[in-house]
Amino acid sequence: MEKYLYIALFAPLVSSLFAALFATKPKKLFVGIVASILLFISFVSSAILLSYLAGTEEIVKVTLFDWITTGKLNIPFGFVVDEVSVIMMVTVTLVSTLVHIYSIGYMEHDKGFNRFFSYLSAFVFSMLILVMSDNFAGLFIGWEGVGLCSWLLIGFWYYKKDEPREVNPSISPAWAANEAFIMNRIADLGMLLGLFLIYWHIGSLQYDVVFAHVDMFSISVITLMGIFLFIGAMGKSAQFPLHTWLADAMEGPTPVSALIHAATMVTAGVYLVIRSFPIYSQIPDIGFYIACLGAFVAVFAASMALVNTDLKRIIAYSTLSQLGYMFVAAGLEAYWIALFHLMTHAFFKALLFLGAGNVMHAMNDELNIFKMGGLYKVMKWTAIMMIIASLALSGIYPFAGFFSKDKILEVAFDSGHYLLWFTLWVGAGMTAFYSFRLIMLVFFGEERYKKYGFHPHEAPWYMLAAMAPLAVLAIIAGFFEEPFEEFVTRLLPEYHFHIHGILTVALVGLTTLIALSGIALAVYKYSHGGFSEKWKETFIYKLLYNQYYIPILYDKLFVEPYKELSKIAWKELDLRIVDATVDFIAGVIYSTGFKGRVIQSGNLSKMLRWMVIGLLILLILVVVYSMAR
Amino acid sequence: MITLNHYLVLAAILFSIALVGILRRKNLLLLFFATEIALNAINIALAAFSKYLGDLTGQLFAFFIIAIAASEVAVGLGLLIIWYKRTGNIDLDSLQSMKW
Amino acid sequence: MYEVVAFYLFAALTITMFTITVMTKNALYAMTSLAAGMIFISAFFFLLDADFLGVVQIIVYSGAVMAVYAFGMMFLDTLKDVKEKNPSKKIVFFLSGMIALLLVIILLTPMISDKVQALYPVSDELGNAEAVGIVLFTKYLVPFEVAAIMLLVAMIAGIILASKRMDESITLKVDEEIEKEVKGSQ
Repeated sequence: MEKYLYIALFAPLVSSLFAALFATKPKKLFVGIVASILLFISFVSSAILLSYLAGTEEIVKVTLFDWITTGKLNIPFGFVVDEVSVIMMVTVTLVSTLVHIYSIGYMEHDKGFNRFFSYLSAFVFSMLILVMSDNFAGLFIGWEGVGLCSWLLIGFWYYKKDEPREVNPSISPAWAANEAFIMNRIADLGMLLGLFLIYWHIGSLQYDVVFAHVDMFSISVITLMGIFLFIGAMGKSAQFPLHTWLADAMEGPTPVSALIHAATMVTAGVYLVIRSFPIYSQIPDIGFYIACLGAFVAVFAASMALVNTDLKRIIAYSTLSQLGYMFVAAGLEAYWIALFHLMTHAFFKALLFLGAGNVMHAMNDELNIFKMGGLYKVMKWTAIMMIIASLALSGIYPFAGFFSKDKILEVAFDSGHYLLWFTLWVGAGMTAFYSFRLIMLVFFGEERYKKYGFHPHEAPWYMLAAMAPLAVLAIIAGFFEEPFEEFVTRLLPEYHFHIHGILTVALVGLTTLIALSGIALAVYKYSHGGFSEKWKETFIYKLLYNQYYIPILYDKLFVEPYKELSKIAWKELDLRIVDATVDFIAGVIYSTGFKGRVIQSGNLSKMLRWMVIGLLILLILVVVYSMAR
Repeated sequence: MITLNHYLVLAAILFSIALVGILRRKNLLLLFFATEIALNAINIALAAFSKYLGDLTGQLFAFFIIAIAASEVAVGLGLLIIWYKRTGNIDLDSLQSMKW
Repeated sequence: MYEVVAFYLFAALTITMFTITVMTKNALYAMTSLAAGMIFISAFFFLLDADFLGVVQIIVYSGAVMAVYAFGMMFLDTLKDVKEKNPSKKIVFFLSGMIALLLVIILLTPMISDKVQALYPVSDELGNAEAVGIVLFTKYLVPFEVAAIMLLVAMIAGIILASKRMDESITLKVDEEIEKEVKGSQ
């Protein structure tokens, strides 16, 4: 089985290196095809591992080589395939394979075609390291690796010019990439502190060692560990207040948004919390805080999605909101439910993004949904698949989201935090509304695109074919709930519901009700011309539309003062002290050389004189040295 | 009684005389003479070591130094003559054609 | 006693001769006093029981080397007073004086120690020339041969260098002619 582990892990690396060979060359179709095939091989190996693990209950562990060995610190490059990581592997490799195939079509006319595949495969490799590592150090390497690839891919069109915030809320791809990178660095600092704390107290970073010893420490130490690790998770999963980068990250190509910023990388934070469940189950208070933050983000992000006009940003806020749901489940110790929602979400959110990519292609990269409408006639298949994804997202039976999201709501109710449940319940209504607002504005109603002179067309068959498996999974994934629970609870703790029978049914009914009414409201409103213009003048609309003014606040609060500080450091510190010192040294050397130049006069008798002076100095040294001795 | 130090001091004095010559002479031929003096001073020191340490190596070194001095004279004088034929003087300060 | 007298006598003579060599303005005097100084130095070698070295000193230095210098001087116009344009005599004498002082200070410290082991001890049974010969042709055979080759090379080099335009005399020419030639050749 180790063979399959290595194949699954290294096939994306091979793909990345292969594509990198052609990075500066013009588009080569076979690069995309080879990359997709290698990714598919990786997926097949992951699937084989999954079936092996399901059949034999044997965890596959390998150690590639000793990586860091100094003193007491011993970190091997070890990988583990257990119930959690194999689920992540299958999800990641499946979505990435489909995104790779889809990208062949999507990036067709891009001059960075080969480079794109190199980055994308490198991302998959890093993500696999993240989920497969058997220690926190390896996880951190993968963590940073996906961060780097995310930076590369958000800034893929780095040559686009900066624009003012009013024109483009994310300014430019390069700006958005840097924002994402810096935000993640802030969070990673917290995560590093967490790792140091763990090593400091336990003396190892291996999962099994750490988790076996974690209950030996006082609750305050474990609390600190939990907080620091969660800060890391907050950055990667874009939780408030480090959430602004995710919406701006939509500047990247759409397949990137589908793979990285919806399905895989942003869920790494959830994965971390799930993976560290022995730590978090010791500290239910922190878990409750995580759940509260998750619920807050779920509603907070959904509210921003309600009014946004940017196709991809709406979906990005939706991702943010769904991540909040996952954290609620993880925080309330329903780890397997969080993982389940992570998986189903990966399928339907990637599908939604790929559909959005098709729409963008059809509309020449236009993103304003108010310039679209009536696209159902020309893009029937895309529309159907996006409706499936939206239904799944809204949590309508029998789609995947119904099973996972309702479970989270049940957990919230069951744990006795009714306010939490109510928040999520409202969030579910908002989710349904904004999803179908999007569908209505893009695919139905008046054909506004004709005004703007667009000529939309359906995407090529292989792009649709790449989306089809995701659509199927978005429909059926929910029915695997029971085998999934049985499988992952071998490792993760089970969650025991206290509520039964009629109450459960009532909860499901309530949730479905609000989701359906959200859908109904959206369908009704936008098939009758939408909201009035007056609504746009209200304070709430403006607040939501400007993302609660948080990016501007960050600008004023952090960016501007930092700029000022940098200017002071530049003018006062750098120019006056650092540069002056360097210039002084250079000046001394220069003037010494200028004055010493006369020694090299080319006149032999002068040279002889210098030689004798040198001899004299040597003799003096001999005398001084022998006397000193 | 004459000791090793006597000879060494004599050699040092002769060497310094040679240094005076090297420093003040501008005439290349006389500069050669000064270097011969320096070599001879060293030869005295080597012969003295040889005697007072009871070892023949010093004397053999002196032989090789004489051989080197002889070849130096042959080549050096040849070059000197050519230089004189080209420029008409053998002043050290005129040897500056390599100067930038 | 006899040795002490000889040492001081020859020391005084050598120093005088070499001082004349360095200080005189006349090249001919310089050469003559140098030759004399060389011969006086061989006296030290005899005093130091290095008979063979003394003989070589007289033959090679005073004979061959000085003869070469004498012939060399015939090529050059050396009868003129040598003009020395020296910026400052103080520097010259200060430097040399200091070096002499330091060397004397260094050399006055006791040199001989018991730790020194003679590699090729002087034996009483053999004469100096014999002993030197034995060491030279056993231990130092290769350096000896290399030195011989070096001398051969130097001889060839000397002949070739000096024999260019041998048919012209430079000393008999008037200064203007030489200058003209120099300009012509440049």
